[in-house]
Amino acid sequence: MTSRRRITHTIIFVLLSIGAVFMIGPLLWMLSTSFKDKQDVFALPPVWIPNPFHFDKYSEIWEAGPLLSGIRNSLIIAVTVTIVGTFTSSLAAFSFSKLRFPGKNKIFLLMLSSLMIPYPAVMIPQFFMFSKLGWIDTLLPLIVPGLFGNIVMIFFLRQYLSSVPNAIIEAAKIDGSSYFRLYSSITFPLIKPAVAAQLILWFMGIWNDYLSPIIYLNSPEKQTLQLVIANFNATYAIQTDYPLIMAASIIALLPMLIIFLVFQKQIIESVAISGVKG
Amino acid sequence: MNAKSNLYRKEKIYGFLFILPPLLGLLIFTLYPMIYSIYGSFTDWDGLGQMNVIGLSNFADLWSDELFHKALFNTLFMMLGIPIGITLALLLALGLNRGVPGTTAFRVIYYVPVISSLAAVSIMWNWAYNGDYGLVNQFLDLFGISGPNWMANKYTVKPALIIMAVWKGLGYTMLLYLAALQSVSRSYYEAAELDGANGFQSFRHITWPMVRPVTFFIIVTNIIGGSQIFTEMNIMTPTGGPEYASASVVFYIWQKAFGNFQMGYASAMAVFLGVFIFVVTLIQFRMNEKQSFDVD
Repeated sequence: MTSRRRITHTIIFVLLSIGAVFMIGPLLWMLSTSFKDKQDVFALPPVWIPNPFHFDKYSEIWEAGPLLSGIRNSLIIAVTVTIVGTFTSSLAAFSFSKLRFPGKNKIFLLMLSSLMIPYPAVMIPQFFMFSKLGWIDTLLPLIVPGLFGNIVMIFFLRQYLSSVPNAIIEAAKIDGSSYFRLYSSITFPLIKPAVAAQLILWFMGIWNDYLSPIIYLNSPEKQTLQLVIANFNATYAIQTDYPLIMAASIIALLPMLIIFLVFQKQIIESVAISGVKG
Repeated sequence: MNAKSNLYRKEKIYGFLFILPPLLGLLIFTLYPMIYSIYGSFTDWDGLGQMNVIGLSNFADLWSDELFHKALFNTLFMMLGIPIGITLALLLALGLNRGVPGTTAFRVIYYVPVISSLAAVSIMWNWAYNGDYGLVNQFLDLFGISGPNWMANKYTVKPALIIMAVWKGLGYTMLLYLAALQSVSRSYYEAAELDGANGFQSFRHITWPMVRPVTFFIIVTNIIGGSQIFTEMNIMTPTGGPEYASASVVFYIWQKAFGNFQMGYASAMAVFLGVFIFVVTLIQFRMNEKQSFDVD
């Protein structure tokens, strides 16, 4: 029995490893390409470990396109939205979960069902709203809507809050704490881990967003990092400068990869919960 | 009594105040634009001149617009990746659930494509699908297969995009299944084993029904996401691919709205997309209600 078990385990391990190679292989190849000379990428058979390593593409990319301003713009958007939006979202989640007011459940249901509305169905009128305000080719259309909060985050924080006993809140209410203090000094500290995980997921979503930036941002120095690397791809593919393109793409990929590796436990846990509860 | 009702009144005000920002956000940035989209779909809106109501004529045009049919067909075709992804992800999750060494490492590795930027990943796959020097064809070469120029061939461009989508989404689906599998009580399997059930029977009658809610969740979210596919084609086939073979509905909406300024026509497509998603979600919920049952 145990030897049969060991055999199945070995087979599963081997299959999972083969799968892992397919998952990580293309990304490693991308990394390897970024260290190659422009001509070396056309070597047949392909070379996985460049000889010698060329690091010059990683200095060239900063001159070859507005990569630095792309990083800056993406950071401005993602940081502003997640910080302010997390505050508004968690405050709303607290209210939905722990306060009593008429129409609460109907409003919550309305918010949840609005998740079914796809962004493409609202993007054209949104574009005209923002163009009337003169916000085209600025970061504002990508920042302002997020400041009002994120319904997905409200949903998960509300779920999480249901495990916080009402007695704590009720006791504080009777003690005469203000409602904002109920949120800020009692509730928020209790849900901090859930808030952090949701904030990271949202940050990643904004960082990797592509459709809304491409609608609003035209001038190269206004574009987010994702648009900048897409333009790298369009411009330098004609010159077949693949190492340059791959180096720029690695730069776009790296920050999220680092965040993921640092917080992988929290991220994986909160994603796993989302399926069970959603 | 008076103090208590006073407290409750205060609570009503603050409760509402605290949810006001997301509620306003929903009204301003989602509901109002959505209603405007519906109105716009009945007009000849071009973004500059006056909007004239032209009835159903945008929808009539959609009915006979071959490019729209192609975009719709392509979008639906690429959803073939959903059952493929679900099958692979469930197999992976079943494997990982047996507690083989390195489970954490496998979870992380399979999840890396999920957190990777779609733009960067599209750029990478575009290069991997290169006919002469791409990674994919060099791999096929090992087996003596000479692969096509994937992105330039109208028969292979969609399968290429499907493979990429499965690769990108696998880790996410796997993780959801893994969490669901871990919540299934061991006692069911032990009881089944005592009754003489084999591995497949246990899977068929215990595992599959138990992960059903997750499967349902994955199908709904994947259809909603899949019907909005855009970034990949915008980067990999900026013109919509050979004979428009890789253009998606959102790609076509985007072209019409922001390339040709046919806002009314694009709105009609957007409304169509919204209704499609609504109907699919509704059907899914109904089916789930009918077939679900409690094991307890």
